Amino acid sequence: MTEREKIFTRIRDALKTQAPMPGHHGSSHKPHAISEARNAIAGARQWLPDPGADSAAWLEQFQKLSAELKTVVHLCNDEADVHSKLRELALAEGWRKVAAHRHPLISPAATAIALPALETDGGYDANEMAKCDVGITACDALVAQTGSIFLTTRSAGGRALSVLPPHHVVIAHRDQLVPDLPAAFELMTRLYGENQWPSMSTLITGPSRTGDIERILVLGAHGPRKLTVFLI
Amino acid sequence: MSDVAIAPRAQFFEDADRITHDTEHRRRIQTAMGKYYVSRYSRQALFRNWQEARQTAAETKWAALKELDKHLEAFERNATARGTQVHWTSTGEQARQVIVDIIRRHNARRIVKSKVMTSEEIHLNQLLEQLGYDVIESDLGEYIQQLKGEPPYHFVFPCMHLSREEISDLFENHLGTAQTHDPEELTMIARRVLRQKYIDADIGITGANFVVADTGMISITENEGNARLTAALPRVMITLVGIEKVLPKFSDLALFLPMLATAGTGQPLTGYNTMYAGPKQPGESDGPIEWHVIFLDNNRTALLADPQQRDALHCIRCGACLNVCPIFKNVGGLSYGTTYQGPIGSVITPHFRGLQDWKHLSGASSLCGACTETCPVKIDLHHHLLHNRRNAIDEKRGFLEGMLWRGFTFLINRPKLFSLSIKLGRLFQPLHALVKGTIFDPAAAWTKSRELPEVAHESFRDYWKRRQSK
Amino acid sequence: MKISLFVPCYIDAIYPKVAISMVRILEKLGHTIEFPEELTCCGQPPFNSGYWDDARRSARPVLERLKDAEVVVIGSGSCGAMMKVFYPELFAGHPEEASAKALSAKTWEFTDFLVTKLGVTDLGATFPHKVTFHDGCHGLRELKTKKQPRELLAKVRGLELVEMKEAETCCGFGGTFATKYASVSTAMGEVKCASAAETNADFIVSADSSCLMHVQGLLDRQRRPIRTIHIAEVLASE
Repeated sequence: MTEREKIFTRIRDALKTQAPMPGHHGSSHKPHAISEARNAIAGARQWLPDPGADSAAWLEQFQKLSAELKTVVHLCNDEADVHSKLRELALAEGWRKVAAHRHPLISPAATAIALPALETDGGYDANEMAKCDVGITACDALVAQTGSIFLTTRSAGGRALSVLPPHHVVIAHRDQLVPDLPAAFELMTRLYGENQWPSMSTLITGPSRTGDIERILVLGAHGPRKLTVFLI
Repeated sequence: MSDVAIAPRAQFFEDADRITHDTEHRRRIQTAMGKYYVSRYSRQALFRNWQEARQTAAETKWAALKELDKHLEAFERNATARGTQVHWTSTGEQARQVIVDIIRRHNARRIVKSKVMTSEEIHLNQLLEQLGYDVIESDLGEYIQQLKGEPPYHFVFPCMHLSREEISDLFENHLGTAQTHDPEELTMIARRVLRQKYIDADIGITGANFVVADTGMISITENEGNARLTAALPRVMITLVGIEKVLPKFSDLALFLPMLATAGTGQPLTGYNTMYAGPKQPGESDGPIEWHVIFLDNNRTALLADPQQRDALHCIRCGACLNVCPIFKNVGGLSYGTTYQGPIGSVITPHFRGLQDWKHLSGASSLCGACTETCPVKIDLHHHLLHNRRNAIDEKRGFLEGMLWRGFTFLINRPKLFSLSIKLGRLFQPLHALVKGTIFDPAAAWTKSRELPEVAHESFRDYWKRRQSK
Repeated sequence: MKISLFVPCYIDAIYPKVAISMVRILEKLGHTIEFPEELTCCGQPPFNSGYWDDARRSARPVLERLKDAEVVVIGSGSCGAMMKVFYPELFAGHPEEASAKALSAKTWEFTDFLVTKLGVTDLGATFPHKVTFHDGCHGLRELKTKKQPRELLAKVRGLELVEMKEAETCCGFGGTFATKYASVSTAMGEVKCASAAETNADFIVSADSSCLMHVQGLLDRQRRPIRTIHIAEVLASE
């Protein structure tokens, strides 16, 4: 018998005896019927924090949480507005080299900054990316409920671009903002379906952070110290 | 498994006794947990219904375990379809062997790890260091503990017991950096050192918070970005994970990720929640060319076989039960001597490493239930401590203590004798002053720190008799 | 109503005033009190120590004697939890399972009984002191008695309740835990005492004398001026 078979045999033997439902002991909570329990996604929506009723409220919530998380959000009129704000930022922060990926929103922005740019498509040298001051990416969705950015290796130029450079800039359209996590997961399933999953999807909530030293918040533990979102 | 120098029980009593007398240590832990308390409960209050969310999470895990074999098979099918290699290991020894084989096959030298609690469980670092590999922990707290040569103090906050001064000293000694007491500067020192390690590493080893069956993904939750870098730059990625971490559906994460963040640290969502669905796919620009997912049993199936305590496998390792535990806050994390500290560790360690060797942790509880109340997946933690106590006695009855309880039962079932013993107690209590504070004090365990209460002049039953006879 | 009063061993021997106060309060409300003298202990000490056979041996006389009781009231959240929550588990799969469940259903912790069952909160008591309330863990988490004692205290004339920061944190008693793990128990108790002292209250009130025995022992040793008192004694004060 292989180790795999041994493990599965032990599991199946163990599962011959049923475990009591959660909340069975010392609790007044009546367990739900199991069909209801399996419908966690519907449950999640009604019990998670309220993201607000309409897209204006979602935007407000996203901005409020971003401020708490130290994500900088710029509302922009159009792409030209994004480009001019990006140029200002590049100047203010003294960027010398940027990293980006090929994308209808990102390529023109990288060009507009007029600095040497590393493009991740088709492979790159990690040492070179580590020298870049910023990684500029698109994303799949923004989540109002948690102030998060949902992106994948496919939508955002790979695994490292959004985490290795010290500043991560996201450019997105306002209609990419979804109210809550259940909506975000539904959207991702719609986008990537059964077997088309990118090898990495990530929900980014604020710049990299740690509280490991005396539980004091420090930004930029390993990933980006800054996270900036341009919302068109 | 006997990998400790002294018996776990003796070590616990020794360490717990030291920490309970270390006021500064206890103050530091209690201050940190005070901060946790504020952020966690204010975040929890934003849920429209936390209790219903908990119930759903608990039932989702319950249902996931009920069909654990099917979910694991589904994961394997979906993951291998995209080129992931899945390994099955029953013991720590087997898991270590699979890892070493992968490392050897790639002629790897440098290994970077993000937080992998399962690797603590199987003592992976010790082995890899013995074999001469360059192994580095990349989570800041784990890195600090690695430099200190100490296991994690708390499985979510690994170095919460250290002051910035102690960390500065560590960095000075090991890295030759200048003293600084600024947490930000200290973090940046580690950032600089570790940055190159990701780029140079041949192999990245990660853990996993969730195994998603229907998409063949694993999900990793972290704040620093070290796990993302570990999974992005090295050309081979290894994920070591317990077999119980299954969620049936991708969409289940929409509930579990915010609950983990809220219960763990009081964040709306942890900084990075990353779902991996294979090694680098065609057309992708980066990522490991090989991804190995190693499933570890290591006695998890023994816990699964105990239906009463099976819910302990629901654990999402948020650490909330440690944070609210008055025992943890007064004995500290290292006293436990376990990979998983606090109430959850006291419940599961006897199953993983032997009931008789680890039952003392189940005894080390006032059974206050703060852990059970806070657990986001409703593990019946403090009752399981009772169950472990019972199981330990059923398996091996203590001789002296057994006699004591026989005597106790004999006495309380005889009201007249019981009443007489109260009277004797009242009679002899004044004599206690003669031995109090000496080695002859039979109540020394109590009176070392507390005064004994006085037996009343008239017991209630005597009062009642007097009243009835009137 | 005919009320069977279960008096835990430490109340009987050390704190009889708690039970006397309960009798006074319940009789004043017009109820008849019965005291089953044959019963001394609920069996929790061996139960918590893992000796469930001995616990069952201790609990059987309780089941038998209270079989016909109309309602059982206990002045302790801890022993109350033992009979209400743990008896059914202790006897699960044993012949006494049904009678354990029946006893569980008619057993009440004192404050819960007054507020929930009788619907009484004002007992006409006067206690002109500043107090803080310690939630015994068994009462708080097994029996869910958070509001009941506070509703009762709110109606006591002259009484000022100041909540302490660590009201819901365990005092560290935990039965045999207090001596088996004495240094841990003591450290926990110190946190509790310091938290209570911060309120500058005159009394720590609780619905559990067992917690208070431990806390008072520490207070006496540390020579802190704050005193402990069971809620029944407060409610019987005039």
